[in-house]
Amino acid sequence: MHPIGTVHYLALSTALLLIGTVGVLTRRNIVIILMSIELILNAVNINLIVFSHALHSVSGQVFAIFVITDAVAEAAVGLGILIALFRNKETVLADEIDLLKW
Amino acid sequence: MLIDTVLFYIFALLVLGGGLLTITRRNAVHSAISLIVSLLGVAGLYLLQQAEFLFAVQIVLYVGGIMVLFLFVIMLVNLDEAAKERQFNRQWLVALVAVAAVGAQLSWFIYKGKDAFHFAENAAVALPEAVGNTEQVADSLFREYLLPFEIASVLLLVAVVGSVVMAKKRI
Repeated sequence: MHPIGTVHYLALSTALLLIGTVGVLTRRNIVIILMSIELILNAVNINLIVFSHALHSVSGQVFAIFVITDAVAEAAVGLGILIALFRNKETVLADEIDLLKW
Repeated sequence: MLIDTVLFYIFALLVLGGGLLTITRRNAVHSAISLIVSLLGVAGLYLLQQAEFLFAVQIVLYVGGIMVLFLFVIMLVNLDEAAKERQFNRQWLVALVAVAAVGAQLSWFIYKGKDAFHFAENAAVALPEAVGNTEQVADSLFREYLLPFEIASVLLLVAVVGSVVMAKKRI
């Protein structure tokens, strides 16, 4: 069996990124779109950690912490917007919120 | 070495299986639980890459924090009607083609650059073993990246205020 190298992790994180992108682009439920964004951010984090290990530098892990901070801020604000939206429009489907569409 | 390989494939299966279930389930609670499985798999990968601090952060913050937030919002927002409707929007075919194009590009890049990614195994310099991973991260975070760290705290403050304002009934 092949030893697991950097390239295996990169292939895995590519697959996770694509799964997340499919989720963001195709789902209608806003909660699940936000979850897909978390998947994308995790794919980025895998990349950062793997290169941090490969290059023997700890900077990648520090940047992964910043990415996690961003994910927390994004989730909190996004879910707050979702609650405000549900209170006003009574829907959580992204394509029914089309006030700005002509 | 063998145990590393087996663990990698187990965690990869958890990550990808959880991710796929997350984006295909009809019920948002099932999606959230699949996402937890996926995030735990990512945490296992961090452990395999000797990022122990990130492993703990991933479990405490993602699984313990963000996912609880998601589940609270799923409880607050009534998702029963949304579960009965169509789950995918009308542009799903275009989206799949676009994602396939991006995937082909990335796969081609990884395939071509395969040899470039082998520096990990034969690099000679190692980090000092006497210092733990948490200490290394802390050193780097509070010395080299002190200003970004402070800016991140301001970002979190803004997010806290913003989400409170968003979720309030009347301001």
